[in-house]
Amino acid sequence: MTLACKRATELMSLRIDRPLTALESASLRMHLLMCGYCRRCDSQLEMLHRITARRREDGEPQETDPPET
Amino acid sequence: MESDKQEPTSDNTRASLEQRLVKLRPRLLAFARLQLADPVQAEDMVQEALVGALESLSGFKGQAKFETWVFGILRHKLVDTIRRRGRDVVAEYDANELADIDDLFNPRAHWAVGAQPEVWRQPENSCERDHFWEAFDLCVFHLPRSSAQVFAMRELMGLETREICDSLAISEQNCWVILHRTRLKLRACLETGWFSKEEVS
Repeated sequence: MTLACKRATELMSLRIDRPLTALESASLRMHLLMCGYCRRCDSQLEMLHRITARRREDGEPQETDPPET
Repeated sequence: MESDKQEPTSDNTRASLEQRLVKLRPRLLAFARLQLADPVQAEDMVQEALVGALESLSGFKGQAKFETWVFGILRHKLVDTIRRRGRDVVAEYDANELADIDDLFNPRAHWAVGAQPEVWRQPENSCERDHFWEAFDLCVFHLPRSSAQVFAMRELMGLETREICDSLAISEQNCWVILHRTRLKLRACLETGWFSKEEVS
């Protein structure tokens, strides 16, 4: 049941692209409980995903902006 | 590049925005060429995006987001073209041009010494600062080409992995493997190039 870090990072990345199965999700959670480096990696990957998503939103056309006063 | 923050309003003049557009062109072109097989088509698309930006410059207000806004115009054109014409237009995928993560893990598949993720000193909102996206794009363009392409399609253009593998004629499984490796490489690059620095300009 113990995951190596490399496999754990695969699941972290996969989670961004599709929902994990219950088993995948539990294995990852268990690994993260035990591994500080992977916890760090996980939150950093999530953050990178978040900021790129925000960059796309910020780049949406101006029409969505409030009218100039 | 001049500062995006607290600029005197005089710097928000049409002339200065036009200057910034010109400076932005090489990065836009690199982005388009990463995606499109035909360099002429990439040039044309960047040209259209720049003209489009110029035309709506007077309506532009969010100064700090200027570059993001221009990138957004190009991104829409790219996504549109890829969705409509898929494999006919995208740069060909090459399995030899993928990131390798062997250096990040030891033979037991744990983090290799020196590759363990560090605490990031810069907060998440440091990505609002001037040079962040330049540093980010630099990391992306240092990746092997096909890795950079898949990553850009997914995270910079917001395509789903299904659409990506369709247009590149690769399996979705393959797409996930590529994204995994690329994200780890990019994480490491941004850690060194931005997030673990004491001070960023």
